[in-house]
Amino acid sequence: MDGAQALSDLTEISSQIQAAIVLDADGSTLATTVDEQRGPEFAQAVQELLAAVTRASGDEGGTLAQAEIATGDGSVFLVRDEQRTIAATTGREPTVGLVFYDLKSCLRGFSEPKPKPRPRARKPKVDEQGDAAA
Amino acid sequence: MPRHKAVAGAALVAGSLAGLVALRRRSARRRDRVDVYFEDGSMVSLADGAPEASTVLPLARRILETTRN
Repeated sequence: MDGAQALSDLTEISSQIQAAIVLDADGSTLATTVDEQRGPEFAQAVQELLAAVTRASGDEGGTLAQAEIATGDGSVFLVRDEQRTIAATTGREPTVGLVFYDLKSCLRGFSEPKPKPRPRARKPKVDEQGDAAA
Repeated sequence: MPRHKAVAGAALVAGSLAGLVALRRRSARRRDRVDVYFEDGSMVSLADGAPEASTVLPLARRILETTRN
């Protein structure tokens, strides 16, 4: 799926999500909902946030899968898979489970290959010899 | 006498407003937290004021500010 289309679908489905960005494993931006002017700053801040959350929870020993950082102004969500990270912002007191679900679905959309077109069924060959004999 | 009543009324209103502001600030601060979920299903919650959360929360506020301006 096209990255911009996936994020467009995400913001359409989830009215709670205000802005979102998808980063590759090397930190490059795959898609974002914010304009070109603020995109690089958004990407940089998300990378710093991801590093800070990983550091903050480092003693726990597990691999970070997702996080919600809630503030009085709103929340920032992070969801990771093997290759990508998606980050999104919401207003105050969002429906946490729903936002995580939508973000995971969006991230899966980036991972899944495009469906191949189904091969057409061949027309059965007409037996010319049989027809000629008859 | 009416002047005393007006002053008392104003003090009461000012006190109520100050209390309301303090209460809202306190409840907003209580909302600030970092919830981290791991692949193994475990989860840790870092409250505002915890040393681990002190670097995370300002970054989240910066992101919210960046995306809204």
